[in-house]
Amino acid sequence: MLSRAAASITLLASALLSLAVPSFAGTTTDGQEFSQVERGRYLARAADCTACHTAPGAAQPFAGGRGIETPFGTITTPNITPDLETGIGAWTDDEFDNAMRKGIRPDGSRLYPAMPYTSYTKMSRDDVMAIRAYLNTLTPVHHEVTVNTLPFPFNIRLVMRVWNALYFNPGEFKPDTSKSAAWNRGAYLVEGPAHCSVCHTPKSALGGDKTSQYMRGANLQSWFAPDITNDEVSGLGRWSAEDITAYLKSGHNKITAATGPMAEEIQHSSSQMTDSDLAAIATYLKSLPGRQTSAPQPVAANDPAMVAGQAIYRDQCSACHGLDGRGIPQLFPSLAESPMVRSSDPTSLVRILLRGAQSLATKAEPTSPGMPSYAWQLDDAQAAAVLTYIRNAWTPAAPPVTPKDVDRVRSDRETRTN
Amino acid sequence: MVRRLPKKDVVIIGLGWTGSIMANELTDEGLDVIAIERGPWRAAPTDFPPTYIQDELRYRIRHELFLRPDQTTFTFRNKMDQTALPIRTWGAFMPPNGVGGGGVHWNAETFRFLPSDFVVKTHLTQRYGASFLPQDITIQDWGVTYDDLEPHYDQFEYLCGTSGTAGNVRGKIMEGGNPFEGARSRPYPTPAQPQPFSHTLFAKAARDLGYKPFPQPSGNLSQAYTNPLGVRMGPCTYCGFCEWFGCANYSKASPQTTILPVLIRKQNFSFRDNSEVLHINTDGSGTRATGVTFVDTSGQEWEQPADLVILSAFTVFNVQLLLLSKIGKPYDPVANTGVIGRNYTHQTISTVNGFFDKDKYIFNPFISSGSIGMCIDEFNGDNFDHGPHGFVGGGYMGQVQTGGRPIQSTLVPPGTPAWGTKWKQAVRDNYLSTVIPGTGVHGSFYSYRDVYLDLDPTYKDRLGRPLMRITMDFHENEIKQNAFLTDKFAEIIKAMGAREIAKHPRTAPYDITQYQTTHVCGGAIMGDDRPTSAVNRYLQHWDVPNLFVLGASAFPQNAGYNPTGTVCALAYWSAAAIRNQYLKKPGPLVDA
Amino acid sequence: MHFRRRDLLAGTALFVLGGRPSRATLISGQIPWEPDAGNPPQPVTPGGWHFFTASEGSTIEAIADRIIPPDPETPGGKDSGCAVFVDRQLAGPYGHNGGLYNKPPFHKGSKEQGPQSEKGLAQTYRDSLAALDRYCRATYSGKSFADLSDSDKDAVLTALESGKAKLESADGAAFVKQLITDIQTGFFADPIYGGNRDMVAWKMIGFPGARYNYLDWVHRHNQRYPLPPVSLQGRAEWTPKNG
Repeated sequence: MLSRAAASITLLASALLSLAVPSFAGTTTDGQEFSQVERGRYLARAADCTACHTAPGAAQPFAGGRGIETPFGTITTPNITPDLETGIGAWTDDEFDNAMRKGIRPDGSRLYPAMPYTSYTKMSRDDVMAIRAYLNTLTPVHHEVTVNTLPFPFNIRLVMRVWNALYFNPGEFKPDTSKSAAWNRGAYLVEGPAHCSVCHTPKSALGGDKTSQYMRGANLQSWFAPDITNDEVSGLGRWSAEDITAYLKSGHNKITAATGPMAEEIQHSSSQMTDSDLAAIATYLKSLPGRQTSAPQPVAANDPAMVAGQAIYRDQCSACHGLDGRGIPQLFPSLAESPMVRSSDPTSLVRILLRGAQSLATKAEPTSPGMPSYAWQLDDAQAAAVLTYIRNAWTPAAPPVTPKDVDRVRSDRETRTN
Repeated sequence: MVRRLPKKDVVIIGLGWTGSIMANELTDEGLDVIAIERGPWRAAPTDFPPTYIQDELRYRIRHELFLRPDQTTFTFRNKMDQTALPIRTWGAFMPPNGVGGGGVHWNAETFRFLPSDFVVKTHLTQRYGASFLPQDITIQDWGVTYDDLEPHYDQFEYLCGTSGTAGNVRGKIMEGGNPFEGARSRPYPTPAQPQPFSHTLFAKAARDLGYKPFPQPSGNLSQAYTNPLGVRMGPCTYCGFCEWFGCANYSKASPQTTILPVLIRKQNFSFRDNSEVLHINTDGSGTRATGVTFVDTSGQEWEQPADLVILSAFTVFNVQLLLLSKIGKPYDPVANTGVIGRNYTHQTISTVNGFFDKDKYIFNPFISSGSIGMCIDEFNGDNFDHGPHGFVGGGYMGQVQTGGRPIQSTLVPPGTPAWGTKWKQAVRDNYLSTVIPGTGVHGSFYSYRDVYLDLDPTYKDRLGRPLMRITMDFHENEIKQNAFLTDKFAEIIKAMGAREIAKHPRTAPYDITQYQTTHVCGGAIMGDDRPTSAVNRYLQHWDVPNLFVLGASAFPQNAGYNPTGTVCALAYWSAAAIRNQYLKKPGPLVDA
Repeated sequence: MHFRRRDLLAGTALFVLGGRPSRATLISGQIPWEPDAGNPPQPVTPGGWHFFTASEGSTIEAIADRIIPPDPETPGGKDSGCAVFVDRQLAGPYGHNGGLYNKPPFHKGSKEQGPQSEKGLAQTYRDSLAALDRYCRATYSGKSFADLSDSDKDAVLTALESGKAKLESADGAAFVKQLITDIQTGFFADPIYGGNRDMVAWKMIGFPGARYNYLDWVHRHNQRYPLPPVSLQGRAEWTPKNG
């Protein structure tokens, strides 16, 4: 629903666009510069533009129209093909750069941070121009997208100026000369184009990063993006750098498998990055200290939830995850060693248990084994018991899961798409 | 009105084992391949998960994973002078339906045939003389040899990760394996599965009697495995719900667990499920296939044109489609002319159950897998002198019990009433200490003039097409063979320490209500001799060179082993011929 | 997509092709998958008869208790739910030749040609129970089967089973054979289908039920497997015992 103010802005913007000059006027991109386009394509993959700007099932990519769920409502992504009327073909380079690195649209209104300009600000202008050069080579798609879809008062983009003042730190990435080149490359990728923080850093009530808890895991309504700091208990502390790169490249490593939103990310983005870039990301992530609290005392083995959970585990889960909880490397996740199992927020665990999951298929790992749905077989108390069991049967332990946790996800799933 | 689809290089009818193998090979050649599958897509997490696949009633007794007879069935009679009647509910064999075909719910017993099996006519005639063979037997040589197929057996075994102990590696006889097997180029990709108690006990008894028992080659893997395509499988966990059921934890070789994850990602491959091919289309000359016509669940008919047609729809449906499409000359058993439908065979199965002292034996029959078992091959093929016995053929035998599912594994000793207090007590006392081998004696089924397939004159399927008619009975040869083998088997069961045994030899007439494996073979047989075979040694149709017919329909007769290993080796052999010869120069690969 | 429960064997719906919604579209690129996918069995709802009349139900219960008599260790056919099992089965596709080839012409063939009856099992049961009732009343001074003493019940079943006694307008021997099959099947099937209540039959024989991993027991030859049976709906130990 459009407010009057937003409606008139949109009208003005469209009017401006329709009077705009052809796409290559005033541009510093060179349509013939092949290596710039190639670099732009690589960066567009690293930035995973397609994840948001391509609607599911769309015949052509980047034409927008995908709904991005936020705590404030659903935002519809714009068309970023070079179409003159409905895409960004008429934007100047400066306008594109302002959008990417400052969150400002050509008409001066602010983008919502669902568009991660808060991360892309770290990119250099050269990088942004390379992406522009790549996007300019796409087939223009005439696809009108109604972009203002948040409910009042969030549809008033003026609010964003205030938000930016609180949460947006503009500016390019500055290398840390005391760190290695690999670390700096990893930091640049993670903080910049790959924008991992958007999912993995918890947010305040207004949706800004809680910077003191950088990368320690965040709830995304129906999933929990886990802690990816080097924390020994809940993060990647027990993963080697090779475990990280294998996961990002193929969706699988000897400990676990990617599913859900991360599977999408790997499929479109990190599986197509170079091995050295993935190694750089691993170097950077392993340097993040995390909260470094010690694991809680495990729930006692004779606790009713543990007793019940063990029975369920023995009868059901052990079929794939093994009697010892260690799964089969590259095939069935090792619950005994998986940090995701020990997430502070069990949302993803509950969701996977109830709905089932298909792991990612990549060229390197095509098998993509799936987990069945347990919603019909386990009630809330049973589901909570078996999840408590897998979080406490092996060290380090994690807090129990309650029937309420299960119910929250179970009833949540009725109204959400996957 | 039939709607026409864009042409593809290859259309594959049926996406089971042979369809998947051929699709993967031909897509590797860069061809644009589409497969049309009559049944649904199915996979472990969505269709046979460990939450509910362990359901004997639903899957074993009510046949849920199989074709529904009301979709299509066959008619059956023993003799030509009878009227065939519909098989209204399955019994003797269980036709598959769906992606993966029988590869989803087989046991995964992965045998090779003997070298002599491929030249059985020549071999038996040479050894025993033509007059030793039964009258009306129509066995023939295959047109390929074991040596031709060896690399392709190896290819299939390594695709599956088959678990076994080799018996003959490049001529060297290996301890613990089958000393009678044809030489293999290398050992199995994974070691044999560890055997539970009763199977181990059988092996000991067999050894004590002077036999050389070996572990049944198993597509239920003994350990985690990654195949040459990069697809990963897990170890079998002995759930005891194998044949009739899909595998829930990626440890049984099937198209889904070995090929489809790679195949489905290829840009040049796609498939349609729930789409039934009605007939293979040919041009006016009848010597060129132009594609297929199929119907989807909305009733819409589609034409899928293609340059190359692969018929891989399972034995009986291959033959049915050839007959309905009027490709090849239908077999006439009276005139002894024609080829489509002749040499139809099954398997000669029997068993001996053993009842043991419950205070001394706890077998835990529920701890088992589909291809677990210790077998002996002394009485298979021509591994023994048939001269004194008056029959030809044979089979392996073994304690190959695949589970202890209670509806079918609560047997009582002979003489026990079928119900009541004594029955209940006997069930209670015997369940854990009974040996129920199942297909304990697994004998060959040779081909005969009056055992064949043709189209039924009366009964039709839901689309109005004639059902295929099965005319099948046992011949004396197989009954004698089985009586001999069953007696030998009984000796071993007794030697295990059974308190009493119950022999169940196979008797005539052939009964369509009694399950005897789904190893139905023949009807579109291969050979070097054009008048007596439907396809040549490369499984290429003699009359229609751009049509290849894969599956056990190619078997001129059935040997004393489970057929899938040979079915898939032939599929690889045929694929190699297409890739290396046919595609370079389309046309007949064999002059005849 | 969505979660589907199918009334496959619990009474109402007919078989569907493999349980998946028919699609027949082109599949390529990746293995088809949906959340909440699957076709789990629908548990039998307890209470009442879905097919049998009250008197038919009583007769079946009485028969079930002779096919599988109660003893101090294990309930009989009635208390273990076998009559409920048969009732629910007959109310569903099993009773109505669901999925079978039902086209005419129907001719009686040889034994080896298999069943050729147009009449489904549900109707056969109905007709045979009526014939059984008439037989009992005629032979035992107006008593129905359920009213007979246990030894008389056994005598009736034995006589019909052997062919020494015949039912009028029903095949008594075939009916007894069918009863034995269906009642004993219900006794050993998963409790989700109504029989084998509380897994009593599995406990009787030592079958551990719907398990999936025995890797730690393959090598333990000749030892009693210690874990209790579990059904498709789990077992009591799955529920935390708080307080």
